[in-house]
Amino acid sequence: MNHQDKTVEHSGGYGTPILIWLGLVVLTGLTVSVSGINLKMFAVFTALLIASVKSFLVISYFMHLKYESVMFRVMVFVCLVTLAIFIGLTFFDILYR
Amino acid sequence: MNHDHDLAAHEHHDSFGAKIGMWLFLFTEVMLFGGMFLLYSVYRAKHPVEFHLAAAELNTFFGTINTLILLTSSLTVVLAIEALRRGNRKLSISMLSVTILCGLAFLVIKYFEWMHKIHLGIYPNSPHLSEFSKGEVLFYNLYYTMTGLHGLHVVIGMTVLSVVLYMIVKNPERKIVLPHASLQKVKGARVAVMSDGGEEEWRSNEIDDTVREVTITYTFFPVKDRLDENNITKLEMSGLYWHLVDVIWIFLFPLFYLIT
Repeated sequence: MNHQDKTVEHSGGYGTPILIWLGLVVLTGLTVSVSGINLKMFAVFTALLIASVKSFLVISYFMHLKYESVMFRVMVFVCLVTLAIFIGLTFFDILYR
Repeated sequence: MNHDHDLAAHEHHDSFGAKIGMWLFLFTEVMLFGGMFLLYSVYRAKHPVEFHLAAAELNTFFGTINTLILLTSSLTVVLAIEALRRGNRKLSISMLSVTILCGLAFLVIKYFEWMHKIHLGIYPNSPHLSEFSKGEVLFYNLYYTMTGLHGLHVVIGMTVLSVVLYMIVKNPERKIVLPHASLQKVKGARVAVMSDGGEEEWRSNEIDDTVREVTITYTFFPVKDRLDENNITKLEMSGLYWHLVDVIWIFLFPLFYLIT
């Protein structure tokens, strides 16, 4: 094991993940109760906003991205931007056809 | 006899490389589901009313329960990793077991949801579904495809986590095989196993033309200080996969169950 990683691994211990889980449960309750209200145009927007916040929490804390080097965050960012370009460009075509 | 040429068996644990590889793989998964989300959004934009009507037919209660189950299973994976990192194997094993059981519960609920819909005659290409409007047919086809593909990922995740659980419980043997080609380079020398402190634990006979292959097998013992980084890396990578399955569901849930 001569090549063992000497960098100190940061993590949230047991407490932080449990808090994040509580937050995720609250957000799930929020998104379910908000869906009962007729928000018309904003229904999709609100649901996706809450889903994005939940994913952000899972990716940052559960998937440890918050504790990883900047490179990993850049990689995730590039992936999401690529996906956004796919969806965005398709909609430019669909909406103005 | 030149001892400098002894081939020492070093195990290289590259958790950094494993992480990069795992994330790159997860990006391909994001693109796979991303394509389907794109299909969903385009058809939703074209048939907003029909998507509304069809989504109202799905059981929000079961969807919410399944969301909570997956969120909880993600938490227990994180706790299992943290426990193993601290050498608490018992807690790690029980947390990982809870995760796998959560996955099973998710699939059972999903099975009953699907069965209920199939019982009502709503499944791809069914005679009953052909009486529906085009938008509703698209909604249900996407529902079955996307939750089906997601369900398949849950099954794969459970399988991977089960293997990792077995590896933590059993502390299996590890086998190193030195093939003939690499032995050719050290002809006339010996193969040795060195400890972390540089002491020689074992050495082979002299490698000559009669040696075809050297196999070294060693066993881990179930004491905490013998658990190595490699085991944690495997658990971490399986955890990443499981979390991605959770993230995908976080988006599937509102899109299919809530926006009504």
